[in-house]
Amino acid sequence: MKKILMVLTIIILLFSTLTFSALPANKPPEKGELLPVINLPIPKNPDERNYLGLSGSGSFKISQIKAKVVIVEIFSMYCPYCQKDAPGVNELYRLIENNPDIKNKIKLIGIGAGNSLYEVDVFKKTYNVPFPLFPDKDFAIHKACGEVRTPYFMVVKINEDGTHQIVHNQLGNYPGAEPFLELVLKASGLK
Amino acid sequence: MEKKRLIQFILVIVVLSIFISVPMVFAISDAYKGNIYQTGTLKPIDSVLKVKVGVQAPNFSLPSVSGEKVSLTQYPGKKNVVLSFVPAAWTPVCSDQWPGYNIAKDIFNQNDAILLGITVDNIPTLYAWTNQMGQLWFPVLSDFWPHGGVAKKYGVLRSDGVSERALFVIDKKGIIRYIDVHDINKRPPLEDLAAALEKLKK
Repeated sequence: MKKILMVLTIIILLFSTLTFSALPANKPPEKGELLPVINLPIPKNPDERNYLGLSGSGSFKISQIKAKVVIVEIFSMYCPYCQKDAPGVNELYRLIENNPDIKNKIKLIGIGAGNSLYEVDVFKKTYNVPFPLFPDKDFAIHKACGEVRTPYFMVVKINEDGTHQIVHNQLGNYPGAEPFLELVLKASGLK
Repeated sequence: MEKKRLIQFILVIVVLSIFISVPMVFAISDAYKGNIYQTGTLKPIDSVLKVKVGVQAPNFSLPSVSGEKVSLTQYPGKKNVVLSFVPAAWTPVCSDQWPGYNIAKDIFNQNDAILLGITVDNIPTLYAWTNQMGQLWFPVLSDFWPHGGVAKKYGVLRSDGVSERALFVIDKKGIIRYIDVHDINKRPPLEDLAAALEKLKK
């Protein structure tokens, strides 16, 4: 009986260790590499769900977003540069959405490193952020991405067969919406 | 013998789980470039409070980065006051805390509250550090001399001379209504402070 209990304990502990959605990494994923496994909650807001081409509830992976390219910004409500760049990143969203050639091909999301849902919402409200933002309260995603400083941008190309790779990484130095869009188009081969 | 091995295995798994589930990470803004000193993980709390909820907040008068002296006696009858003690300039969690409050001014305004940021650093250090945060809407006070005098009065001066990461909410009568002496290694969630401010209305 004791033995069975022990085996059960081991199984439960092993399971809890292996099911962490994102495992910590020592460095950020590089250009040409895959994203770490990141499970995000499917947004409750129908507009955000539509924007990402998702349906239902539960969680999704970034490669499941209906797009050819996804720009991921790791930000924090507490980060001065993220605050300063926020209007410029909003402008990037508008540039994309107002261009029928790329509107459905490039999507933008933000992940708030160490931010609770409440804190992400404060950021969203303060800067009228028009694209979906997700909290990463316990830093799990931030850690999986090699504990990058913020803001950190990852441009992810999603292939026809559902595979993906990172085509561009950038720490800070946001150059403004137009140059950044140009960079995204070139790096992803959309142009 | 087999049992012993099983126990050892369980121990290894437990240790592994702890490593994976309790990450010590800080999202440091690129605004500070390489200028943040890594303190490592510190003893969560290293002082004993000298005040409690329901008592009159000890008065103080401290110089601010902008030049004028700020005294707690300025506010009774006018504003609720939030004191935000942070341990030290140029350290990981502190550098991320006030910039967040800087965009949460609405939460303070809605609750008729003013925020006073306090550290034991001297004015020139605070000047250089807070300049990296953008324009702050709240006063930043230096509890440098006598060293940590105010922190000591409130019971949040640590044994190494820096203060705790502590929040005090003081109502318009000057009474302390909320205290959060937080784990120095972690940032207090904004929603907890917002909830404490909301409670003042009741």
